[in-house]
Amino acid sequence: MLFKTIFSGFGGQGVLSMGLNLAQAGMLEGKKVTYLPAYGAEMRGGTANCTVAISDEEIASPVASSPDFLVAMNFPSLVRFQNQVQSGGIFFLNSSLMEAEISRGDVDIVEVPANDLAEELGNLKCANMVMIGAFVKKTNLVSIDTLIKGLEDSFKKKKKLIPLNKKALKSGYGLF
Amino acid sequence: MKKVYARPKYLKKVHFHYCPGCGHSIVHRLVCELAEEMKIQDKLIGIPPPGCSVFTYNYIDTDFVESAHGRGAAVATGIKRACPEALVFTYQGDGDIAAIGTGETIHAANRGEKITAIFINNAVYGMTGGQMAPTTLIDMKTTTSPFGREKDIEGFPIKLSEMVALTKGAVYIERTTVNSPAGIKKTKKAIKKAFQVQMDNLGYSLVEILSPCPTNWKMREIDSWKWIDEVMVNEYPPGVIKDTTNEQKKKKPKKKGKKKK
Amino acid sequence: MAKQVLMYGNTAIGEAAIRAGCQCYFGYPITPQNELTEYMATHLGRRKGCAFVQAESEVSAINMVYGASAAGVRVMTSSSSPGISLKQEGISYLAACQLPAVIVNMSRGGPGLGSIIAAQSDYLQSTRGGGHGDYRTIVLAPASVQELADLTHEAFDLTEKYRIPVLILGDGMLGQMMEPVVFKHKAPKKPPVRKDALRGAKNRKSKIIKTFTSNPAELEEINWSLFRRYQMLESKEVRHETYMTDDANLVVCSFGISARIAKGAINAVRASGLKVGLFRPITAWPFPYEAVKKLTNNIDHFLVFEMNMGQMLEDIRFGVGERGDVSFYGRPGGVIPTPSEVARVITRHYYQKGL
Repeated sequence: MLFKTIFSGFGGQGVLSMGLNLAQAGMLEGKKVTYLPAYGAEMRGGTANCTVAISDEEIASPVASSPDFLVAMNFPSLVRFQNQVQSGGIFFLNSSLMEAEISRGDVDIVEVPANDLAEELGNLKCANMVMIGAFVKKTNLVSIDTLIKGLEDSFKKKKKLIPLNKKALKSGYGLF
Repeated sequence: MKKVYARPKYLKKVHFHYCPGCGHSIVHRLVCELAEEMKIQDKLIGIPPPGCSVFTYNYIDTDFVESAHGRGAAVATGIKRACPEALVFTYQGDGDIAAIGTGETIHAANRGEKITAIFINNAVYGMTGGQMAPTTLIDMKTTTSPFGREKDIEGFPIKLSEMVALTKGAVYIERTTVNSPAGIKKTKKAIKKAFQVQMDNLGYSLVEILSPCPTNWKMREIDSWKWIDEVMVNEYPPGVIKDTTNEQKKKKPKKKGKKKK
Repeated sequence: MAKQVLMYGNTAIGEAAIRAGCQCYFGYPITPQNELTEYMATHLGRRKGCAFVQAESEVSAINMVYGASAAGVRVMTSSSSPGISLKQEGISYLAACQLPAVIVNMSRGGPGLGSIIAAQSDYLQSTRGGGHGDYRTIVLAPASVQELADLTHEAFDLTEKYRIPVLILGDGMLGQMMEPVVFKHKAPKKPPVRKDALRGAKNRKSKIIKTFTSNPAELEEINWSLFRRYQMLESKEVRHETYMTDDANLVVCSFGISARIAKGAINAVRASGLKVGLFRPITAWPFPYEAVKKLTNNIDHFLVFEMNMGQMLEDIRFGVGERGDVSFYGRPGGVIPTPSEVARVITRHYYQKGL
């Protein structure tokens, strides 16, 4: 099965690293993955987004015309992508920063108070990890263990950040 | 009988195609003499430009890589970075080094590339038929400044060597002439020093040579030689423009000493 | 098996080049290929005996490539469309002097400064020489990060074997996306130096690398010899991929990243019963005309899809000739079509042709 997810938010919310972590974990589990960031002018300020495709078979196109999942870390992201998500898809909304004002009834909505939980953990910057924890719990695209393993790999040079991020992952994962 | 003058070993046995009175053949000869005297012929790589001296490789018996117009310093950089043991020199005219290749030259010098530029300044585009060069003097008539170079229209003669001297990577820059035996001797000494700077890994070196072009100056050979002394040197005074050889040399052993600690 | 790593297309090229024994890299920053230049600065620049130079311009960078290639080392440069235009001077000289070099174009929207978003508008420039004079370069058009890595490695072998420059024609999206990649080779301890390297006349006669001659007959013979080699390449080094063409009524023809998008679209229309396949040249030059011709034995309808206004279209038309009909769909200027958009176009065509 092929699943495509768009991660979107303000630059600085760790949107790209969320996508990267998911892609990394997918690869570690032996799946086919592609990770496609929006680049260029959108890199600074405004909305940052990336598309991650995970599949058991070869991935034809890294572009998502109609993603299965949308992870929106801020309201503009929701506005931008809400009509693209497939019927029956899931919206993951950072409910700390927005209320779910969705004008369609054919999608599931998962509200994750990512910023609030991150703040409780003492660092707003790990809101993205809270979100991705919740995301894998709901979608089961990869296991939380692989995600943690991937995390440890990517923080090799900043080891002291690992415990916090792990905690954040688990707090998101434990939400549901 | 003692032989006092002979064809240099590395000057190929062919006739020069240069016009009578031209300075190119003199400079070629000097490079050949130095290749022999300094025992560097087997590591010398020359880079001739498009222009009258494009056929330099027909005369000097060393390796040559022809470059595109103005790109000598870039090609030299490529060779030197790939093969640091080579002794790389560009042979460039004024249009080549001071117009189309200014960028390459300034930046190669600024990077302190261990290369040597031999810059033939005859204030005119020779091979293409005597057009205005960046170094053409004010009031000088060429085919593209037919009424004489006017500062308000064509701008001023450019002093490339002085510009290059401003870069920290340039270690040794001298301007010489080849219109007299004394000038030729000085030129040889300058090129020798420039090669030595490169061999000592000190940085970029450049020798600018004021060279006659009687054909395009539309002068008799003897007049063109005189014109260098009477007119050209006023704009381009010969002499050492920059020499930080000693400072660079001082820096070098210190580094080594530190490493040993 | 070697380990899979998740890498950007751009950085995968750099790693593959180092493993292929690339000793020198000369570049100039331009989006969307900067990750490659940065990767070489970090990973090649301080390697023993290797060199990285950030040149003052693309023109200078390609001429450094020319110099380093003359000195016999494996050398690469990279850029994106506007920068590749500037490099054409040097590429023409490399072709003329028969010097090996690998040039990467992660192309973007044009003309002019255009945009930094992926485009495929440089197909004709790449496959028809690109600069002045009568010459060609081998043009490899990868469609995945793995293929980028594999073809980069091969590019170094091909350019030395045939002594013509090899262009890797990617695009911004391919460069910016990440996919798992496996590197099959280890970097050599000492990068190789060609036997014909020009490094000073030690124990041999002096050598000259030059292009200029005042004798037209001599130049004609040089051109003839180049074209004899090109003819050989046209029979020996042609590569392509077909996907689901066996039972197809319609074949979509695309290269590089648009072939990926087309594949996604084909999968979608296949699900609703449309018999559609894909033809993708891997060598954009020499172009696999024969393979296209072969397809016409069973297939009458071809749809060329490119992120330009019809450049490879010329090659497909030439390959198909009178034996089938060729339609076109393209988006120029850095707009990236979606698989569902292309699926609709395919479906529309399919029914219009009464298939």
